[in-house]
Amino acid sequence: MVIPAVNPGKTPKTEYEMESQMQIHDHPQLKAEARNLNFYYGEAKALKNINMPIYDKKVTALIGPSGCGKSTYLRSFNRMHDLYPGNRYEGEIRFFPDNTNLLSPEVDPIEVRMRVGMVFQKPNPFPKSIYENVAYGLRVRGENNRRVLDDKVEQALRGAAIWDEVKDRLQDLASNLSGGQQQRLCIARALATDPELLLFDEPTSALDPIATGAIEELVHELKKRVTILIVTHNMQQAARVSDYTAYMFLGEMIEFGKTDEIFIKPQDKRTEDYITGRMG
Amino acid sequence: MSANNASDLPKVSDRLAYNAMRNWKERLIEALLLGAAAVSVMTTLGIVYVLVSESIQFFSNVSIVDFLTDTQWTPLFDDAHFGIMVLISGTLVSSLVALLVAIPMGTIIAIYLSEFANAKVREIAKPILELLGGIPTIVFGYFALLVVTPILQYIFPSLPGFSLLSAGLVMGIMIVPYIASLSEDAMRAVPMSMREGAYAMGSTKLYTAIHVVVPAAVSGLAASYILAISRAVGETMILAVAAGMQPNLTWNPMEPAATITSYIVQVALGDLPHGSIGYQTIFAAGLTLLLITLIFNILGQWLRAKYRETY
Amino acid sequence: MQALTTEQIRAVIARGKLRDNIFKAMGIFCLALALIVIVALVADMVMKGSERFTLDFFLNFASRRATQAGILSAWVGSLLVMLVTALAAVPLGVAAGLYLEEYAKRNWLTNVIEINISNLAAVPSIVYGLLALGIFVYQFGFGQSIMSAGLTLALLILPIIIVSTREAIRAIPAMIREGSMAVGATRWQTCRYHIVPYAMPGILTGVIIGLARAIGETAPIITIGALTFIAFLPPAPFTTLGDGSTAGLFDWVFAPFTVMPIQIFNWTSRPDPAFEVNAAAAGFVLMAMVLSMNAVAIWLRYKMRKNIKW
Repeated sequence: MVIPAVNPGKTPKTEYEMESQMQIHDHPQLKAEARNLNFYYGEAKALKNINMPIYDKKVTALIGPSGCGKSTYLRSFNRMHDLYPGNRYEGEIRFFPDNTNLLSPEVDPIEVRMRVGMVFQKPNPFPKSIYENVAYGLRVRGENNRRVLDDKVEQALRGAAIWDEVKDRLQDLASNLSGGQQQRLCIARALATDPELLLFDEPTSALDPIATGAIEELVHELKKRVTILIVTHNMQQAARVSDYTAYMFLGEMIEFGKTDEIFIKPQDKRTEDYITGRMG
Repeated sequence: MSANNASDLPKVSDRLAYNAMRNWKERLIEALLLGAAAVSVMTTLGIVYVLVSESIQFFSNVSIVDFLTDTQWTPLFDDAHFGIMVLISGTLVSSLVALLVAIPMGTIIAIYLSEFANAKVREIAKPILELLGGIPTIVFGYFALLVVTPILQYIFPSLPGFSLLSAGLVMGIMIVPYIASLSEDAMRAVPMSMREGAYAMGSTKLYTAIHVVVPAAVSGLAASYILAISRAVGETMILAVAAGMQPNLTWNPMEPAATITSYIVQVALGDLPHGSIGYQTIFAAGLTLLLITLIFNILGQWLRAKYRETY
Repeated sequence: MQALTTEQIRAVIARGKLRDNIFKAMGIFCLALALIVIVALVADMVMKGSERFTLDFFLNFASRRATQAGILSAWVGSLLVMLVTALAAVPLGVAAGLYLEEYAKRNWLTNVIEINISNLAAVPSIVYGLLALGIFVYQFGFGQSIMSAGLTLALLILPIIIVSTREAIRAIPAMIREGSMAVGATRWQTCRYHIVPYAMPGILTGVIIGLARAIGETAPIITIGALTFIAFLPPAPFTTLGDGSTAGLFDWVFAPFTVMPIQIFNWTSRPDPAFEVNAAAAGFVLMAMVLSMNAVAIWLRYKMRKNIKW
């Protein structure tokens, strides 16, 4: 994707970044940043003044007890909430390098979704063949050249580490795959369009431990190519796959930092309670 | 316990005692309810019995080969011919016209209501469709003959006063609510997660509807189309009123023609003696009609089984 | 494929949105067409038939002269046929629904009954007419009477009543049943004092929709041989008949009759345009009956959805 950069070569420093740089000095470039983000389901305020950076080509995990708003937060990044009436955003999610506010009413949610991919909690392959599932996003973008599609589909399936399992049955219905395979297919579907940011909403909660292991390994592999934001219920998973971790509670961002530091010496009492299993 | 005598045993409270009377009554009620439920099965058996037994008598007078291959249908003439194809052609042509209206219109309405319309529009649209579906077919027949035919004659001056086209068009409008409501139900049953997956890939609403929701609901759509076919093939009054009742082997919707159903009406309006060959023809025609709907329904069941979706 | 530029992406989105909007317009057009048909139908019948909306029209028998012809025998016939239909179909339908939801075991018999009910919905109504002609009219000897017509329509709407009864019963949570059984009620007592009363609004909706369908049905009644020209009413109980004898309580049940849709059919098929006016007026009366029944059902269902919170 060729995006005219607002500040080529240099990303604007934010308050948060400057503040956090006092503690941690080796942060990479910013990919996105939430600034004073509030979110309302009708009258109910689900996200309260969230400020958080997402670093480029890193894995950021969102943890917290059920109902803490981590999925709500994640789904703001691709404007999923726009699908339902009565939802309202306040504040900004800045997306770099072009410094677009993803939440601005002037920004088309479809354009946002073309740049930000998403993998859901339960595998949701379309009622189509394996091939057509992966080609879907390309077709949405108007690509119908068979050779290009073939190439991209293979690349995406290889990228999602499922090529060897499905290469001989690309025309089978996707629903015939196992749960773990379906989820990797959904990852391939998201990868096929080269998203800049990939959102994972508890991607392994419906999978068995072996399939979970495969997905975690994949996430680790993928961060070379794409920035990843992952919601997880499972703290071990956050510890295993992520570079940064944010702990959320009751719609607030309680603590954000490098994963090692959050897990070893959390600053906030509430984070510590959650991580040590006293609540959640 | 001092004695072995049973009457000395501590007595169970009367209220808790096993009540043979109550049990008997419960069983009787269950049997009665089962009898009520069985009425529907007896209806089916009755239909098959009546149609088949009268048809057997009919086919003892008329050969099945003639019935299927003769190109004339003149059962009440001295020179009687019994070519059912004549009636089938009218039935198929009028049904085709109706489905060409009803399937696109019904499907578009269903997609619109399920994927595009907000709750307010749905609340207004659904009762309108229900009212349309509740209009008696005789009123639609009146509408076809006295309103739609004159309008069509304005466009096609050569159109006769009775035509399969006019009847078929109105029949199509009549069927729209069935398709719209069943298809919408099928599409709304598609889980939201599947739509979210499509939207997350950057699809527009129409693209999501056509490429994800419709394929996922395809068996429900097929079921609604099959019901629509049954309705069209079995529709009687619109055709009896607006399509004319002359037997006419034609594939041209601009002509008048009798259908299987309108022939039955025509015979029933006259005074044919019970047991005559003319009387038997309507049962043979009815059996043919039932077999046609049965074929479509079996086809539909097969399609549904083949594309049954598991979310 | 080279990565798309922002401009290309925006062009793709704009194209997609254009298609969305075109489709939206088509959807609204199709809905509007449905509405236009209803409005055109009603308007046409009101305008054409307005000169017949007099008391005489309701109180006169059919006649060879269009201006004197009325719908007395037709609406009385329709009401009497509906009475027989309701008396037969409601108990049967509710009992069958009750059996299938509360009593039936999962076995082949239940399966047969269920498949059968759903398939009956696809059977053309005129086939019911043939069934009635063979069984009720000749086998049972009911003749071309109100009885035959009422029973035919009862069979026709039975699936509608069964299905709506089952839906209404299914909406009752299990705790109601358990609560009743827990205080020692038998299955029948539970049904009678809890299930049926609570399901009543849903059942009633189904009954009204079924009867609205039945009152507009023409084909099966023509098939059993209802007369199209009737200039008398069925004998009211205990009145003196033409031959001096007294009518019994149920004599009307076996009397010849006509109904509204047949009267309309009769007038519509007359070549004389003067009868079109009668057809329009009678058509409007029938529409008003059917649509008001449907409106009551829709309202009842709406009301029900609002009120019931388990």
